[in-house]
Amino acid sequence: MSRPHAIPSAAAIGLHTCHACGLVLRVPPQLRQARCPRCHAGVHLRKPDSITRTWALLIAAAILFIPANLLTIMETHSLNSTQRDTILSGVVSLWNGGSWPLAMLVFFASIVVPMVKLISLTFLLLSVQRGSTWRPLERARLYRLLEFIGRWSMLDIYVITLLSALVQLQSFASVSAGPGSIAFGAVVVLTMLAAMTFDPRLIWDALDQGHG
Amino acid sequence: MSTNVSIDAKDHDRSPHPSPLPLGEGEQGFRSFHNSVIVCHECDQLQRKIALPPGGAATCCRCSALLYRNRRATPASSLALLLAAAIMFVLANAFPIFSLEMHGIRNATTLFGAVQALWHKDMPLISALVLFTTILAPAVELSTFIGVLSLLHFRRGCQALPWLLRLILVLEPWSMIEVFMLGVLVSLVKLWHMMNIVPGIALWAYAALMVLLAAATATLDARELWDRIPLRA
Ligand SMILES: [Zn+2]
Ligand SMILES: [Zn+2]
Repeated sequence: MSRPHAIPSAAAIGLHTCHACGLVLRVPPQLRQARCPRCHAGVHLRKPDSITRTWALLIAAAILFIPANLLTIMETHSLNSTQRDTILSGVVSLWNGGSWPLAMLVFFASIVVPMVKLISLTFLLLSVQRGSTWRPLERARLYRLLEFIGRWSMLDIYVITLLSALVQLQSFASVSAGPGSIAFGAVVVLTMLAAMTFDPRLIWDALDQGHG
Repeated sequence: MSTNVSIDAKDHDRSPHPSPLPLGEGEQGFRSFHNSVIVCHECDQLQRKIALPPGGAATCCRCSALLYRNRRATPASSLALLLAAAIMFVLANAFPIFSLEMHGIRNATTLFGAVQALWHKDMPLISALVLFTTILAPAVELSTFIGVLSLLHFRRGCQALPWLLRLILVLEPWSMIEVFMLGVLVSLVKLWHMMNIVPGIALWAYAALMVLLAAATATLDARELWDRIPLRA
């Protein structure tokens, strides 16, 4: 059973909501740059230039995702050898070393999460740009998931930081961060920013327009 | 427990929003409007607020986002938890996380020591990222939160209150203590089989910090404090 959405969105009846504090406001149309009377944040109907900014951040993240995976992320120097690990080879050596739960965890946080974020945000942006009314609830839940899991990708950065600080045993063994870690850190930050600039209200605007 | 909130379709025709910024006539009109109506922050759905049982939570009738809660805990208990967390945070940063031993060489590091080491190894960007997400953002967020709660608790008005609250909300996604804690555990397991590892005081402090922060988040979300900030038109 389904019936048309008769209930209005706030924007549909001319109400603005402060994105910082949630205050519901009626902004006179002639007012250009409204400020929230409670928190002084700029008041917008939707996050400004949400789609353009999210695309820019997303594309930058997708480009950096390539060096993040191809370049060395961690170097281990021991007595007679130097081992250079990329993200994936680090996961493989963990797996071969027998600690497969850890391998799964790192694989999930460093490879699956960034890829899911890149693919899902692309999908959300495209669906919003096409004015899609397809499964808005599922798309809203997908967005909520992205916001929640994004930060966990920082895991590898912290592991490299700790290892390179601790494993400094003169000539026996030492660990240092590789250039891939910079690209990887940038991917995590950029995808987090991209998820923040995306406005989930846009998912629902297509439905409101369809009935209004 | 979660309850849907809804509003009648015809309701918006007579809902009280005659004046521009702010809605309603003066402070009282504003209060009555805001006690009866809420707009979903994720889908912009206008809906009527309903009363919740203690411990209950209201979700959006359209997108199921969490809208508001009726907390059992008081802000004073959140303040106590955050103060305890602040002490743990100081301990966690002052002492080594763990030390390792191999061939008679012993190495220990604090979090800040690790950040410094990265800086000196020509990794300033990663060093800054770690510094910001594990030390600066949590420290500023925690102390600001304590400041805001104390001001509200002792009923002191403060011009800066809205700014402080916004600062907390901006820093919130970037303070990643729980992710760092997982990183500590992963490093421990990685080093376990090749070296002799001695847990440091900071490791236990971090464990306590995690529990206290989780408890504080369960009792209060900074967004809920907006209702207690007076409006200046
Ligand atoms: Zn506001
Ligand atoms: Zn909603």
